[in-house]
Amino acid sequence: MTEIVMSQTPPILHGPSEKERKYDRQLRLWAASGQAALESANILLVNSGSGTVGVETLKNLVLPGIGRFVIYDEAKVGEADLGVNFFLVEGSLGKPRSQSLTGHLLELNPEVQGGWYPNENIKTLESLLADSPVFTTIMYTHPITPENISLLESYGQQHQTPLVAIHSAGFYSYFRINLPGAFPIVDTHPDETATTDLRLLTPWPELVAFTEELTKNIDDLSDFEHGHLPYVVILLHYLEKWKAEHGGSYPSTYKEKTEFRRIVQNAARTKNTEGGEENFEEAAAAVLKTLVVPSLPSGLKEIFEYEHTHLAEQNSGFWVIADAVKAFYEEHKCLPLPGKVPDMKAQSKVYIQLQNIYKAKARKDAAEILETVQATPGGQNIDPAEVDLFCKNAAFVKLINATTGTISREDCLKKVAGEFHNTPSLSMVVNTRNPSLFWPLQTSIGRVKEELSDKSAIFATPRNTAQEFANDENAEMTLQPLSLLPIYLAMQATAHVEDWPSKEEILARVVKMVPGADENERVRQAVEEVTRAEGGELHNVAALTGGMVAQETIKIITKQYIPIDNTCVFDGINSRCQVLRL
Amino acid sequence: MSPGPVYPSSEPARWKYLDRIRTRSGPFTIPEIFNGETSAEAQEKMKVLVIGAGGLGCELLKNLALSGFKNIDVIDMDTIDISNLNRQFLFRQSDVGKFKAEVAAAFVEKRVKGVKITPHNSKIQDFDEDFYMQFQIVVCGLDSIEARRWINATLVNMVDETVEDSYKPLIDGGTEGFKGQARVILPTITSCLECQLDMHAPRAAVPLCTLASIPRQPEHCIEWAHVIAWDKEKPFPQLDKDDPEHITWLYQKALLRAREFNIVGVTYSLTQGVVKNIIPAIAATNSVIAAACCNEALKIATNCAPYLGYPENNYMMYSGNDSIYTYTFKHEKKDDCPVCGVSVRELTVDPKWTLQELVDSFAARPEAQLKKPSVRAEGKTLYMQSPPSLEEQTRPNLEKTLAEGLGLVDGQEIGVTDPAFATVSFKFKLKFT
Repeated sequence: MTEIVMSQTPPILHGPSEKERKYDRQLRLWAASGQAALESANILLVNSGSGTVGVETLKNLVLPGIGRFVIYDEAKVGEADLGVNFFLVEGSLGKPRSQSLTGHLLELNPEVQGGWYPNENIKTLESLLADSPVFTTIMYTHPITPENISLLESYGQQHQTPLVAIHSAGFYSYFRINLPGAFPIVDTHPDETATTDLRLLTPWPELVAFTEELTKNIDDLSDFEHGHLPYVVILLHYLEKWKAEHGGSYPSTYKEKTEFRRIVQNAARTKNTEGGEENFEEAAAAVLKTLVVPSLPSGLKEIFEYEHTHLAEQNSGFWVIADAVKAFYEEHKCLPLPGKVPDMKAQSKVYIQLQNIYKAKARKDAAEILETVQATPGGQNIDPAEVDLFCKNAAFVKLINATTGTISREDCLKKVAGEFHNTPSLSMVVNTRNPSLFWPLQTSIGRVKEELSDKSAIFATPRNTAQEFANDENAEMTLQPLSLLPIYLAMQATAHVEDWPSKEEILARVVKMVPGADENERVRQAVEEVTRAEGGELHNVAALTGGMVAQETIKIITKQYIPIDNTCVFDGINSRCQVLRL
Repeated sequence: MSPGPVYPSSEPARWKYLDRIRTRSGPFTIPEIFNGETSAEAQEKMKVLVIGAGGLGCELLKNLALSGFKNIDVIDMDTIDISNLNRQFLFRQSDVGKFKAEVAAAFVEKRVKGVKITPHNSKIQDFDEDFYMQFQIVVCGLDSIEARRWINATLVNMVDETVEDSYKPLIDGGTEGFKGQARVILPTITSCLECQLDMHAPRAAVPLCTLASIPRQPEHCIEWAHVIAWDKEKPFPQLDKDDPEHITWLYQKALLRAREFNIVGVTYSLTQGVVKNIIPAIAATNSVIAAACCNEALKIATNCAPYLGYPENNYMMYSGNDSIYTYTFKHEKKDDCPVCGVSVRELTVDPKWTLQELVDSFAARPEAQLKKPSVRAEGKTLYMQSPPSLEEQTRPNLEKTLAEGLGLVDGQEIGVTDPAFATVSFKFKLKFT
């Protein structure tokens, strides 16, 4: 009685603050930790050309509440700006573009600070970089001089600042992210359905005991109890029986698993009032998915094998924890248990007990890893919460930009040039994503994915340049969409120009980057389309690109979700993108 | 071949960049349907309707105005809430409580010289076909499937094969977190929203008995408070999901229930999310999807480049959770689509079901999703949701089984209507198991 009265006391309520209410829809994506990261961001935009794509990007970063932004733009506002840029008005004409843009962007969110340059005191990009608090992200738009690019690149290296190059003209755009080093992400937000890890083939003593307790008199259970056995318990029980009848081995082949599934299905009671048992249906449906010998996910394998010799990497908590997880994996031949149990038909009390068994094991695994971490030099200061998060998400931890520094941008294209008509070899280096993870969407789209999975899996993997043209030759047969590399090349050829070159000149520059490219019809078409725009932006393509760049920037700042690696090309004529590693 | 001449539009200095694209052909422009001399003028005369002035709608109005459209109408019945301000960039703190359509239209009109935007603070269902007939393109930025289905059915119904102007391209965008989609429907020509309905399967409802007696998740406790405790205790006359006091009441109830069953994880934010079915939303994704929609509108209006729906693909999916992935494809038209199809869709049912079971099943079926269905068979009314007198009259049928009780046979056609889609009768052919 006392207990009930106690629990009737109203809980202490923390209604959401004004800020939490304003940011509610985004906090559901990146939580308070992501928001805090955004609020400490200090972003520089070096703006140029028709000047819209970078501003549209900033708009999408000011709204969710970055800390501060700065616009460097040498242009004065002209009539054409008013036809493409939403953050300029009649009254802006003739004024510094950076000033008007900054003023209008700041109206979007009173919590954000902003600044504009050049001004009376700071007249050049160089002095801006020298005199400002450290920028945490730098974005620049094309066209831009090679001198300014190298200025920004050396700043980026010195301060470990990610750079984003953005180029939008007519129906085309691309952007390329230049991260200062290998970029690990722990909080990747995998699809919920992909994260189930029940360890049914390697149950630990507490789980075995729990199962035995619930199933020792399975045939004598009431219909209610039998119909509410959690499917985890059902599977463990019949796996034990299977093992006893099969010389101690689990069902491993597809045939054995379907046979096992049949056994589970047949174990359901049918003479009860419902004429069947939902929990047994759940158990049968889970057989193929859950009876899998775990293998090391490719993303984590890459991390285990990555040589983190860079000074910044050696000091990072991430790599200390990664090493500890690797040691755990080598010793136990499995990853730390995430500890999450999906919902399943069960009585409340039984389900909570089961949940607690998984949680306890997860805590034990995490504690073991924490111990290793703390025994490592520099590991004492690592937040145990960081270890916990890593353990919970170990199977989905991801490394981006892992091979940086081995090949320069120009060399990369030269390499492409050399291999233009040869069998692709670079493709082997490209990160091979798990096709089952490529479209982690809700059920609605899952259906389409199923229908198209064979097709989609092929082009879900980001491809490398060398492969692009070769692939296109077989596109009709393989049903792959055509490469967007021609668009990148045609735009790249106009990356620095102020005076608009002829079509022939643009094509000549493409050929300089990739000899023989002029023989490719799609390259010629892309050059022609680029010529049509003469470097001018379409507002909506700039807005679309600004949306993509903002998404990527948010991912990098919050270290949540997985950013592109490393170039995204958009084709507004066919309404699609492609991510290339260039 | 060099790009052709630029035909200057009404204000050539201002629309310099746009005119290069919309008045001259590129390598992918289809010459038979493109006329650069008139394309800009034709576009400026067009009337575009934007449905929704929320996250997508604000972006759409900005994009359309800066893509050369001069006549835009916008419909939205909602008022501005503080939680809109993180992405609906035409609204300020001081606008909270005002009509979205009105504030958004005024803002863009003021910012972009020469564009006329007419706001309608109403529901789309308040307008008739005459109203919709005045537009050349309809662009939707909605969060409700039901409203999408309504406008889709209306536009499909409006098609008169002999009147070219009766075909209204429908461009539809939607987002969820870092993901979204943009699609173009050419009514009766390409796959319509109803053909694509099963791509938006309703979330499986938690069985009532789970809520009532065996909760396991924090969501179960919240749903219990929402569905069962509220009805029993009626702390306020009517549940207002936007009233913090009401949400707080549900939160407290859910929390107590969770404690009783040792369930952790009930929070205010989760309570609000479950009760209001909140979909996470950010400016960046809205920006991508709205611009993708506007891009199609520009191409449809000027023919300066091929668009979704013609000649091949009609659907673009976008996902930004893991890298960026778009999938642009052709969704096939369905012959048995109840809105635009020609044949009758098969409906697998158990002849031993009661009519009630059949009626209930329409809500959960991904291809039907009808919440208040009325059912007829060959002129005979089986069950009507309204008017009340007819409901009462037909109610006894709900208890009867399909085959024995009502005399329905395998292969029989039934017609289903729902107040949400007044103009449509969904036809099904019963297939007995």
